[in-house]
Amino acid sequence: MGNAALHLFVVLAAAPFLLGVIGRTKAAFAGRSGPSLLQPYHDLVRLFRKGSVLSRTTTGIFLAGPALAFAAPVAASLLVPFGGSGAPVSFTGDLVLFAYLFALSRFFTAAAALDTGSAFEGMGAAREVSFACLAEPTLFFGLLAVARITGALSLSTMLAHPLSSGWLRSGASIVLVVAAWFVVLLAENSRIPFDDPNTHLELTMIHEVMVLDHAGPSFGLVLWGAAVKLFVTGAVLVRIVMPFGSQSPWLSALVFLGGMVLLAVLIGIVESVMARIRLVGVPQLLVTACLLSAFGLLLLVRSAP
Amino acid sequence: MYLADLLLVVAILMNFLALGAREMRVCIRAAALQGAVLSILPLLVHRDPGVNALLMAAGAAAMKGILIPTLLQKAMRDVHVAHEVEPYVGFVPSLFLAGIGTALAILFADRLPLAPEHVGSLIVPASLATLFSGFLLMTTRRKAIMQVVGYLLLENGVYVFGLLLIEAMSFLVEVGVLLDLLVAIFIMGIVLNHIRREFSSLDTEQLAGLRE
Amino acid sequence: MIALALILVPLAAAAVAFVVPSDRMRPLVLPAAASVHLALTAEDLAGLAPVRPGVWLQLDALGGVVLGLVSLLFAIAALYAPGYLRVRIDRPNRVLCACLLAFLSAETLLVLSQHLGLMWVAVEATTLATAPLIYFNRNPRSIEATWKYLMIASVGIALALLGSLFLAYAAHLGGGPSSLLFRSLLESAGGFSRPWLRAGFVVLLVGYGTKMGLAPLHTWKPDVYGEAPGMVGALLAGGLTSCAFLALLRVYRIVNAAGEGDFARRLLVALGLLSMAVAAVLMVRQRDVKRMLAYSSVEHMGILVLGVGLGGVGLTGSILHTINNGLTKSILFLAAGNIHRAFRSKSLDDVSGAIVRLPLSGGLFLAGFFAITGSPPFAPFVSMFAILNAAVASGRWVVATLYVVLLAAVFLGMGATVLAAVQGRPSREALETPYSDNIRKTGPILVSMALVLLLGLWIPEPLRNLLAGAAAGFEVAP
Repeated sequence: MGNAALHLFVVLAAAPFLLGVIGRTKAAFAGRSGPSLLQPYHDLVRLFRKGSVLSRTTTGIFLAGPALAFAAPVAASLLVPFGGSGAPVSFTGDLVLFAYLFALSRFFTAAAALDTGSAFEGMGAAREVSFACLAEPTLFFGLLAVARITGALSLSTMLAHPLSSGWLRSGASIVLVVAAWFVVLLAENSRIPFDDPNTHLELTMIHEVMVLDHAGPSFGLVLWGAAVKLFVTGAVLVRIVMPFGSQSPWLSALVFLGGMVLLAVLIGIVESVMARIRLVGVPQLLVTACLLSAFGLLLLVRSAP
Repeated sequence: MYLADLLLVVAILMNFLALGAREMRVCIRAAALQGAVLSILPLLVHRDPGVNALLMAAGAAAMKGILIPTLLQKAMRDVHVAHEVEPYVGFVPSLFLAGIGTALAILFADRLPLAPEHVGSLIVPASLATLFSGFLLMTTRRKAIMQVVGYLLLENGVYVFGLLLIEAMSFLVEVGVLLDLLVAIFIMGIVLNHIRREFSSLDTEQLAGLRE
Repeated sequence: MIALALILVPLAAAAVAFVVPSDRMRPLVLPAAASVHLALTAEDLAGLAPVRPGVWLQLDALGGVVLGLVSLLFAIAALYAPGYLRVRIDRPNRVLCACLLAFLSAETLLVLSQHLGLMWVAVEATTLATAPLIYFNRNPRSIEATWKYLMIASVGIALALLGSLFLAYAAHLGGGPSSLLFRSLLESAGGFSRPWLRAGFVVLLVGYGTKMGLAPLHTWKPDVYGEAPGMVGALLAGGLTSCAFLALLRVYRIVNAAGEGDFARRLLVALGLLSMAVAAVLMVRQRDVKRMLAYSSVEHMGILVLGVGLGGVGLTGSILHTINNGLTKSILFLAAGNIHRAFRSKSLDDVSGAIVRLPLSGGLFLAGFFAITGSPPFAPFVSMFAILNAAVASGRWVVATLYVVLLAAVFLGMGATVLAAVQGRPSREALETPYSDNIRKTGPILVSMALVLLLGLWIPEPLRNLLAGAAAGFEVAP
């Protein structure tokens, strides 16, 4: 029980920090001093202090959106081992639950956006779900590939020791999957080059346009949920790249958190050096990612032991 | 063999890049990188690479990785038109086709009768996949330069298959093949130049005057 | 030694042609080089010997037939060239002359090479040497033809390389001969891996078939023959396609020796008939004289592979038909070139009454039409009849019927165009063009015509022996 509590605490507390690191990296690239690393926390506190206004046309679904957007990633985080300790919840096949928790949150976010009855938000919802169609196969191909390498069907065993030897046997496949997942990670968390989290009134936005009508605490939940989502998806990636575990749980935890910070810096760098791609280019990039992970899986299926 | 397979994976990825790129520059670079990577392969596949193999690899790498791409880049720069690829078949469908082609190549290659030392290697699938991508590039792109890039991919595919026979092939013949490729690209470059002068564009749509 | 000289003489002449500064003097290099080449060929043919083991370049009987044809055709074209280039003195001919000679060198290398890989290199070299020839006229249409030729032929040749590799891999799996020389491949053919052998033959058939211009891989042909100068058309339709056919024959010989002859022959018969049918259909109402000749070339390539597919007398007939078709094509293309110059057009819209405007060229064109469609007493009749004979003798009545019907269809289709061009009254503009026939422009055609007539009436003993020797190479010891 204590383990689970610690796990949850790390997720909830550390997630906004990643956003801070990304912001600082971008600022450094632009030659600014940038906001404090703790700025995302201040933002959240500010939002939770505010009241909120609800449109009369909305129903309960509108509030279910932020709730699920927060709850689903947090639940998903319980399935992922963070280094140091295993995941609090683990059973055979939990990787399917992992993938569908995100689908669930996406469904409710989109439903909440449609609930407002605004054409603008509906457009965002349409985009979000159609791109998700392209991103999900990538996730699954990658999960299958990793499952094939490690012979395990639960995240906490997949992302542990056996993977280190997998790197030696089928490094090419893992590199392909990691590359594909990184693309999906950027897309799913609405980062550049797919979406720009800093803009709010552009016709080209995808994710942000859906949550325009939320304000105050419910918007805070959306933001916090997004941060947790970034943390959880990032955690999976970091665990694949660095599947080490050491005797000391503290050292392992330190390595893991270091990896997370590195990932955030990497995202910051990508956001600094790349421009947002045109909307028509988004499916192409996602299809490419999908091909990469499918190709990685294909290589594995072929070299059957 | 493990390292060779890794390089072949890179070569296959270059197929995807060449098919997915919107800019001709990127396509040319993809073909160049593929050519360079493939040039190194004989050293890894050959059981006992001698001086000849080393010279061959160096020559091929310099030619496919530097010389030919430079020629193409120059041809492209001389033409003051858009550097977009302009496909007949969109990028996403081409990528899908390439993905399916690669998957089929991998599955098909497992059924072929191969010498014991080649079973399980990526050489045959990579060769077939690259050939297929080359064809796709040649037939679905409008710009004449892109057809040359497709031809390069096609040649690379054949080259990969040649790795199976590396010990049976004669050095002289390999030099001949390489020289032929160089001259072919050179002549294509000259013709490209003439096309540009005659039509002030490199769009193959212009080349449709002759028909029944 | 003599083999090397045969390859190097034209190459050296190409270098000479490239440095000669005058457009007027340069074409004279062509007949000089051609006569040396012809003499060397005759010398080599006289001393024909079985291929020695381990030798890369040597003339065998099959190669002898093609080398004789290539050298003769080049000599005829070289005699024609100075007169033609004098008419076209407005165009620089440096590249044309140098590439013509380089092309002869590449063809010779192809014929002489006894190595699977080397032969491929030579085939590619012929493509590269001919591409600049097509672009002699420097107009949008000719550049389009050049580009199509380069692209289609390059892909075809890349496939031929792949096919050669398949074949080599089949050999490798079968225990592996010592080298890729035809001799050692033939010796060890029995043990080759069958799937790779078949795949190799199919891919090679597509590859070298593209180079030959077999349907459905013929699409470059009408454009190229239509836009290239008549002289170049003669060399392509007579020489290059024959060389590609030789390459295919060499491969077929290995496949046959490996015991997959039936498989190969079935494919060849099918492709041969298809080519004839496609040519017959596309020739109907063809308004462009030179494009019509291109389809005639497609048809005759079909006849060549059909003969091989039928085997026996058909094979000998095909080898003889290589010569007959080549020589007759030179008559047609050179005469069409003259007509093109006189009428300044090659379309039936402008060309009519050629026999009034140019009695000799027009008459030769008409005679060439009768020859190529297989009318006696011209040479093609003999070889085409031999192929019909092979079909009937082996009891393949469907093939024989189709063959005759398609030949008749081609005769009708081609006849309509040829007669429209030759008969009637030339337009006033055509009568006013400065072009006139003279011995330099009709003499070479008359030489071809004489040879075609001669071969139709009587095949000399040495040629008979050569043909027998070439066909004997295909026999498989039971």
